[in-house]
Amino acid sequence: MYDAGKIITGIVIFLILMTVPIWYVVATGQASYVPDPKVNPDETQCVESTDYMIKNHMVLLDEWKTSCVRDGICTWVASDGETYNTSLAGTCLSSCHPSKAEFCDQCHSYVGIKPYCWNCHISGE
Amino acid sequence: MEVDRRGFIKIAGLVVAGLAIPPVFNVFSSTEMPKTLDSETLAEAKWAMVVKLENCKDGCTDCIDACHSIHNVPDFGNPKDEIKWIWTDPYEHVFPEQQSEFTEESLKEKPVLVLCNHCDNAPCTRVCPVKATWKREDGIVMMDFHRCIGCRFCMSACPYGSRSFNWRDPREYIKETNPDFPTRTKGVVEKCNFCAERLRDGLIPACVEACKDNSLVFGNLEDPNSEVSKLIAANYTLRRHSGLGTEPKVYYLRQDSTHA
Repeated sequence: MYDAGKIITGIVIFLILMTVPIWYVVATGQASYVPDPKVNPDETQCVESTDYMIKNHMVLLDEWKTSCVRDGICTWVASDGETYNTSLAGTCLSSCHPSKAEFCDQCHSYVGIKPYCWNCHISGE
Repeated sequence: MEVDRRGFIKIAGLVVAGLAIPPVFNVFSSTEMPKTLDSETLAEAKWAMVVKLENCKDGCTDCIDACHSIHNVPDFGNPKDEIKWIWTDPYEHVFPEQQSEFTEESLKEKPVLVLCNHCDNAPCTRVCPVKATWKREDGIVMMDFHRCIGCRFCMSACPYGSRSFNWRDPREYIKETNPDFPTRTKGVVEKCNFCAERLRDGLIPACVEACKDNSLVFGNLEDPNSEVSKLIAANYTLRRHSGLGTEPKVYYLRQDSTHA
């Protein structure tokens, strides 16, 4: 191979530059960061199980939105038979998840998504 | 195994038929009822409003203030960007067909309250390409701000100018936000919703509640004993551009002869 030294050095420099973001995150300790959404400790009952909500809260909120805005039905019956108002601000944020920054934004910022709910809905912050 | 052409076609046919079993089974074994509006929530109403011109005081903005504060209507401070839910226009502009050079002076300049007419035959709902605006069972022409793409076809279609477009983010231009009602966002059309969110809670529209001079009456046209039905039946009323066939549901009353 001609110029093996230059080429190998170049490849090594290239690999280091490419992986800088990984090293940087590891070095600054951000790699071990885990989102920690905070709920009001006084409230123990969500509309559905935590596992279901983690996976499906966006689907549920979308269904709430559709039934309330389009069909005018602004109540919803949970799987345990309890009836709730289909209101993000009124039902979810009012007491159980009072802080958008400490609850919603924890995971949303972590995974880099920006739901546009808050362009119109008022979080109180 | 030797498979001739005939045998192959038979097997292929059976396989295709077999694929159809699960969907057919699902349809017939389903216990869930198809989603429909239940009779309780299906509105048995046809909402309408009567504006009594003689009662409406010049310079009073109680109804406008009430509406704009609860619905987070922004004030951009210039007429080009103005967001209108309920506002006033001179009589001669509101009823150009009624106006002549001999119309009494006091009436010509009189500010007349105007809002979305919630037309029975609403042209705005027909042109919306994404069904972001539609007519509810109770006659309210609703907006789904989530779905609006901001094409403004509805604004062109509305003969009353009842729809406004958010050219900018309205948040900063709202004096005091009401957290119970969403604001709008840039690129969305908005208009009066006949206080659909208040009707749901059994309240009358905010403008009607705020009017101290009994100038606004709200009610159900399906009910012959409602005040609006009685007023419209007993008096000469006007509707804006009624010749267009939009069938507005905001009626204007010059003089209430029933309480004269």
